[in-house]
Amino acid sequence: MFSLFRKGKKPAEPAPPEPARPAATASAPPATARASTPSTPGGRMIKVSMTVNGKPVSADIDARTLLVQFLRENLRLTGTHVGCDTSQCGACVVHVDGRAIKSCTTLAASCDGAKVLSIEGLAQGGKLHPMQEAFREHHGLQCGFCTPGMIMAAVDIVQRRGSGLSEEVVRADLEGNICRCTGYHNIVAAVLAGAAGMAAKPHAAE
Amino acid sequence: MTATGIGAPVKRKEDQRFITGKGQYTDDINRPGQAYAVFVRSPHAHATIKNIDAAAARKSPGCLAVFSGADLAADKVGTLICGWMIHSKDGSPMKAGVHPALAQGKVRYVGDHVAVVIAETLAQAKDAAEKVSVDYESLPAVTELASAQQAGQPQIHAEAANNTVYQWHLGDRAAVAAAFASAKHVTKINLVNNRLIPNAIEPRAAIGEHDAGNDSLTLYTTSQNPHVTRLVLAAFIGLAPEHKLRVIAPDVGGGFGSKIFIYAEETVCLWAARKIGRPVKWTGERSEAFLADAHGRDHVTTAELAVDANGKILGLRASTKANLGGYLSTFASSVPTYLYAPLLSGQYAIPAIYCEVDGVYTNTAPVDAYRGAGRPEATFVVERLVEVTARQIGMDPAEFRRLNFIKSFPHQTPVIMAYDAGDYEACLNKALELADYRGLGARKAESARHGLKRGLGFSAYIEACGIAPSQAVGSLGAGVGLWESAEVRVNPTGSVEVLTGSHSHGQGHETTFAQLVSQRLGIPIEQITVVHGDTDKVQFGMGTYGSRSGAVGMSAIFRAIDKVIVKAKKVAGFVLEVPEDSIDFNDGIFSSKATNKTLTFPEVALQAYIAHKFTGAQLEPGLKEGAFFDPTNFTFPSGVHICEVEVDPATGATRIERWTAVDDFGTLVNPMIVEGQVHGGIVQGVGQALLEGAIYNKEGQLVTASFMDYTMPRASDVPSFKVAMTSTPCPSNPLGIKGCGEAGAIAAPAAVINAITDALGHEELAMPATPQAVWRAANKSPQKLAAE
Repeated sequence: MFSLFRKGKKPAEPAPPEPARPAATASAPPATARASTPSTPGGRMIKVSMTVNGKPVSADIDARTLLVQFLRENLRLTGTHVGCDTSQCGACVVHVDGRAIKSCTTLAASCDGAKVLSIEGLAQGGKLHPMQEAFREHHGLQCGFCTPGMIMAAVDIVQRRGSGLSEEVVRADLEGNICRCTGYHNIVAAVLAGAAGMAAKPHAAE
Repeated sequence: MTATGIGAPVKRKEDQRFITGKGQYTDDINRPGQAYAVFVRSPHAHATIKNIDAAAARKSPGCLAVFSGADLAADKVGTLICGWMIHSKDGSPMKAGVHPALAQGKVRYVGDHVAVVIAETLAQAKDAAEKVSVDYESLPAVTELASAQQAGQPQIHAEAANNTVYQWHLGDRAAVAAAFASAKHVTKINLVNNRLIPNAIEPRAAIGEHDAGNDSLTLYTTSQNPHVTRLVLAAFIGLAPEHKLRVIAPDVGGGFGSKIFIYAEETVCLWAARKIGRPVKWTGERSEAFLADAHGRDHVTTAELAVDANGKILGLRASTKANLGGYLSTFASSVPTYLYAPLLSGQYAIPAIYCEVDGVYTNTAPVDAYRGAGRPEATFVVERLVEVTARQIGMDPAEFRRLNFIKSFPHQTPVIMAYDAGDYEACLNKALELADYRGLGARKAESARHGLKRGLGFSAYIEACGIAPSQAVGSLGAGVGLWESAEVRVNPTGSVEVLTGSHSHGQGHETTFAQLVSQRLGIPIEQITVVHGDTDKVQFGMGTYGSRSGAVGMSAIFRAIDKVIVKAKKVAGFVLEVPEDSIDFNDGIFSSKATNKTLTFPEVALQAYIAHKFTGAQLEPGLKEGAFFDPTNFTFPSGVHICEVEVDPATGATRIERWTAVDDFGTLVNPMIVEGQVHGGIVQGVGQALLEGAIYNKEGQLVTASFMDYTMPRASDVPSFKVAMTSTPCPSNPLGIKGCGEAGAIAAPAAVINAITDALGHEELAMPATPQAVWRAANKSPQKLAAE
């Protein structure tokens, strides 16, 4: 009777390329059914260069390094979080070349030459982005863990759809981001207010 | 009310770091020389471990060590504990099996911890973990609660015959039987309270570190109660003496109960750090959280309500089987007993109540407290019984509730609790008005015109919060006291640090606790820092759960501030050269009728530290005070939630059209934060009612082990909410606070199911009410459904 449980919602548009991998099956030993790290042997080092939050960076990395690992471990930008291993929760959302993607299922190598914007780069010159301000003003966060991904997804919604958003559109477009604390009520209010704020005060972060 | 004092919707101080990506969660921390741990987990629900061959893993690149249960046993590491003793009806203590951090010869659920692999990098640890070869002899598994106690079922723990941990009861069975014998009408229902997986969005994590120079240990971990973690790891598991163990719970990304408990992973990381002489870090993946974080709920209950000819309730009885999983988690035993049955009186004057509960082992993940913990289960029983009874005897459900409400306080229920304050009719009246109850008929007719079924459901919940007083919980079997402590440190410049034993993992204590200090000491909120989550900074504390941080934690701060003010007045007396008892302190100013001179709070703070105006014989220098607060009763938040749904019988889709919540939390410290807590709680409750359910198959595999299979509520699944308050201050703490963190999750499931069953016109509907379940209920006769 539970077969109507929603199966694998797609991440927020535009969808990141999903690496091909078998779905974890119930009979597989759970310790080995880890989706977030490809099981191919590591060791092959590659060089990547990209612009992160306006600064050029380059590094020699294990070829299997995910963008979220590159941001968190190599660059120590720990504002981008990992909340799941199936590309569902959206805590890892960053912008690559102006589009929201899930950095937990994007290889750092695939971002070579790209412009990456993470939560740390959203405020400009010590001034919060209107969407950041709106999340604080409307109590759109509690534990704060999903918040960076929520804010990055919200900015993307406004950039894609313009600032004249309805509650229904905001709720639908947040389907790739899960929050367990707020019940979404204040997140939706924050996104609507942030959209209005972005229209009033264009921000230079992108 | 000042702009930043009690009752003001102050924007949160902690938000700056969270909205800029500067929060510091456990996985954001790295320690020099750190190695990475990966756990080898059981793929079987029930099996004997014949052999663990780690030779290939140890040779894997970067592998530093592989440990199993034998290594822990050789080091005499204690096993994990359950800290609440429950006695069965016959007086015998509960039958708890041993709970080793790494399996000793047997595994008891899928995800059980078999070995840990530690390597230079996470990737190397994962690679090596795949090379650990475990030889299992699988055993038949027990996964169904209903049949787990039957003779012939596989035995999970030798200590617990028939997989039964306890057979507990509460109340007066004979009085209830008499009440039922005299009843005009008896309602009987069968309920399943579905198993939930907490899923805080931050997965659990731990870093263990050993300082060989001092032979001390530090644990960074995702904990709601770092001092309790330290106490258990020191006193029971024996990893280090308490004074040689520091537990730090930095920013924690949600808990909902699941981060109260002392689990295998942090135990093993801490032990292994000393063993290999390097910090050991483990960060859980979501799949691991699904398998091995403590789950919630999972009850099967038969409940009956007896009423007289006038609709007055005469008695209630309930019989519950509670699934406790494969081992007893830290507070598992208390949840379906003392956190459940004492709430079965709801908001109603019920003369006789009897409840019996069997706690049962199965080959599933341990089950423990999850947001509400026992109280949502009780509210679901009471509010389904009340709603169904009203429908069966033909009374309006609101008026049936009103007729039976407790109307005078204090009120002693037949099941332990003495309710201290409330006004249940006030909540109901306000909720009826805000929900436009009178207009329901017209809205139902309008829905029907479109081929849709509209329904409305009530939930008039009560909870017992604060989870105190210590003496009371001690008498019920708790292994700890449940007071809270605080220390208020005033600096010479007049800024203040508040050290609290409460822990914030989303609740906003850095703001609300500062509001209290700002109001009482008359200093700007920017001058106050709240310190929590570090056992080296805060002397002791019991942590945050059970909606207790306001009622108990802030009360401790309140008492410490009392002492600061007493001391500051003494200082001011010396400086102003007037008698201490002539000094008034208001809005941050010390004044006296005996002089026209005044002093500000920072001026007095400075004088307390420079100590030029008094001698050491007259007064001790400095300005720092602490307090332990132990309340005299539980707190009893209550409220009425009204859910209105529209069901499409063609698809089974349920849409929540309106949600009205009127809650009585006593004093509100920050209404913005309180409303946020209500919203979040409601959605967890809606998740339980409509979407969520942990499903194990017969072999004990968790079928719903990812966000692709376990349906978390998303933004499009829920509406915005209408939230309002009434207030009867709590008399058992100095602030009048009742607590708000769990209310929504407690109220919501019954409101949703009452609404859908109202729409459908019959009661045969179980949680989660997925579209398939609702479609079946909408399109089949109740008799056929009941027979299935």
